[in-house]
Formats: sequence, C-alpha cells, structure tokens
Amino acid sequence: MNLNVTMVAQAVTFFVFIFFCAKFVWPPLTNAIAARQKQIADGLAAAEEGKRSLERSSLKANEEINAARGRAAEIVAQAEKRVSQMIEEAKNAARDEGNREKAAAKAEIEQEVSRAREALRLQVAALAVSGAEKILRREVDAKTHADLLQAVQAEL
Amino acid sequence: MSEEGELTPTEYIGHHLTNRTISLGDGPFWTLHLDTFLTAAALGVIGFGILWWIVRGATAGVPNRRQAFVEMLFEFVDDQVKGIFHGSRAFVSPLALTVFVWVLLMNAMDFIPVDLAAGFTEHALGQPNWKPVPTSDVNTTFALALSVWALMLFYNVKVKGIGGWTHELFCTPFGSNPLLWLFNFLFNIVEYISKPLSHSLRLYGNIYAGEIIFMLLWMWAATGIAGSVFGGVLALGWAIFHILIVVLQAYIFMMLTAVYMAMAHESH
Repeated sequence: MNLNVTMVAQAVTFFVFIFFCAKFVWPPLTNAIAARQKQIADGLAAAEEGKRSLERSSLKANEEINAARGRAAEIVAQAEKRVSQMIEEAKNAARDEGNREKAAAKAEIEQEVSRAREALRLQVAALAVSGAEKILRREVDAKTHADLLQAVQAEL
Repeated sequence: MSEEGELTPTEYIGHHLTNRTISLGDGPFWTLHLDTFLTAAALGVIGFGILWWIVRGATAGVPNRRQAFVEMLFEFVDDQVKGIFHGSRAFVSPLALTVFVWVLLMNAMDFIPVDLAAGFTEHALGQPNWKPVPTSDVNTTFALALSVWALMLFYNVKVKGIGGWTHELFCTPFGSNPLLWLFNFLFNIVEYISKPLSHSLRLYGNIYAGEIIFMLLWMWAATGIAGSVFGGVLALGWAIFHILIVVLQAYIFMMLTAVYMAMAHESH
C-alpha cells in the first residue's frame, strides 16, 4: 500500500473521463431518448385524438343518416298522400264529366222526344182532319170551316 | 514468469503483485505505477470511446441493438441516480456513468487469468511486472474516492455557500446548541474522513482479495494433475462468483458516489 503520484495521475484521468462523458457521451443519447419519448407521447396523443374524432364523426354520421331517413319517410308519405289525392281528384273529375255527358245526353233525348212528339202531333192532327174531312166531306166546306179545322188542329 | 524455473509461493504472488514503476523525480512519492495508469487509461479510452462512437450515431427513431444496449445502461444509471439524487442530474448522472463503466472495466480485468495477462505483457509487450487490474492498486481507488470527495466538498460550498456549509458542520446532526458545536464538528470530521476511506478501501479490498484467491488457486494448479483439476474447477467457481463481485463493487462505488453528491446538495 504505497500511495504515490499514480493517485494524482489516476485522478486527472478520472476527471478527463468525467468531462468527456458529461460533454460528449451523456447529452446526445439522453437528448435522443427525450426526443423519442416526446415522439411517442405525441403519437399516443394523436392516436387518442384520432379515436375521439372518429367517435365524433361516426356520431354525426348517425345523426345525418337518421335525419335523412326521417326526411325520406316524410317524402314518401307526402308522395303517397299526393297520389291518393290525385286519384281522388281524377275520380271526381271523371264522375263530373260523366254526369255532364249524361245530362247532355238526357237533354238531347228530351229534345228528340219533343221533336218526335211535335211531328207525331202534326201527323195525328192531319190524320184527324183528313178523317173528319172524309166524314164531313159534304157538309163541311173547307173554306168556311177553316177556322174550326185550325182550332181542332191546334187542340191535338 | 521469470526464467529461473521453480518459484516459491511467496515469489509467485510477489511477482504478480509488483507494479511496473517509473520514477518521475526524487523520493518515493514520485514513483508512477505505469501499469495501473496505462491500463486504466486504455480501458477508459476503449470503454468511453465505444460509448461515444455508439452515441454519436444515436437516433430518436427506432434504435439499433448497439444503441438499445447503451440506452439500457444509461437508463439503469439514471434510474439509480434518480432514486437518490433530487435535482438536475445533468452532471451527476454522467459522473455516475463514468464511475460505473470505468470501475466495471477495471474490475473486469480480474477475469483474465493472471499468468495469461502477465505472459502477454511480458513476452509480447516486453513489460515485466505488469499488474493488469488497476482497481487492485490502492492508488486508483483512492484517486477515485478522493476525486468524488473533492467534488462533494465543492458542491457543498457551491450549493450551501461557505456559511451554510459551516453551519451544517457545526449544527448537525445533534442540534444547534453552542454546547454541541464541538461534538457536531468532531462527528462531521470523522464522517468526512471515513467517507473516502470506506469508499476506496471497500473496492480495493474486494478486488485485491479476489486477485489473491485467484493466485492461490493458480498456484495449486501448478502442483500436479489433481491440483490442476481441482484448482481449475475452483478457479472457475471463483470466477463465476467474481462476476457478481466485479459488477457489485462497480455498482456500490457508483451508488456511493451518487449518495455523496446528493448529501452535498441537500441541506439538513
């Protein structure tokens, strides 16, 4: 156990190594480790944020889908209503048209009937007059009894 | 490993425990243990050089295996320091890393069989009496412990100021009563003397003792076939156990360094 200048030399060497380590060896690697830790923390935060935003957007998408579904149902209901309304309208129009046609036909028929009746009446009057003429040929002068004949004709 | 042939046990052990010295001046103090100094420096240059080389290419992205290993080492040291030292670890963690790596490498020289190491240094490098384990030289352990001790004093003054530190010397641990000042001061003096002594001698004693046991086993191994077999087996067992001691002593030395730094930074 002899202490000598070796101790001084070793101490100097030691301080050189401490300086070297503290200056050139320790900082680069700890900086790299710190940078990586930050990267990982950022990555995890980003992933978390992504998950949350996915949740938010899927919630929103669901809302949109529900709204669209509601709107579609509304549109379908409206269309159905419109369809039945149109059918009803068409039915009514057809019925009106039919009635109108029927009324026109009836009027025509009545006209025809009255015309026929008129013609018939004239023929019957003529027939009656001619019959009466035949019966009353001698006694009745057509000219003198023209008034009478006219009156009968009108009565028929 | 000299040419005289048979060595007595004393000669064998003495041979392996003699330092290669050069004299830098007059008197016994100016003797430099060249083996201790150069081996330690070489180990430090290699160890920290490799660390530096790996760290220079460090990436914040996916680390390769080299970087991952060094990161594991750094995290281990930093975690240990974090548990003890509260405050900015910008200096203390690298200090602890330096201590741990360097002491570990120096202790690990013990794994090289002494005669193999001596054969290499004597015949390949032409350097007789080259002790390969720097931490079994008390100069190294005292240099480390006293450097840490000096840093501890420096940070005591830097953090607490001369007044604060003097106050601490006289008023702790027993109390600030003037009657207790002397006892406090004596207590602190004993503590400040015992710190570097225990710090350095613990490491020195463990490694030196390990080396001696190896030498005794190698000596037995030289006595014949039975000695070779049993000596070899026991040396293997001791080497495996020594892995624990080597790492544990480096770890303890690092932890104590961190503890002393923490004590220097914390007021009582």
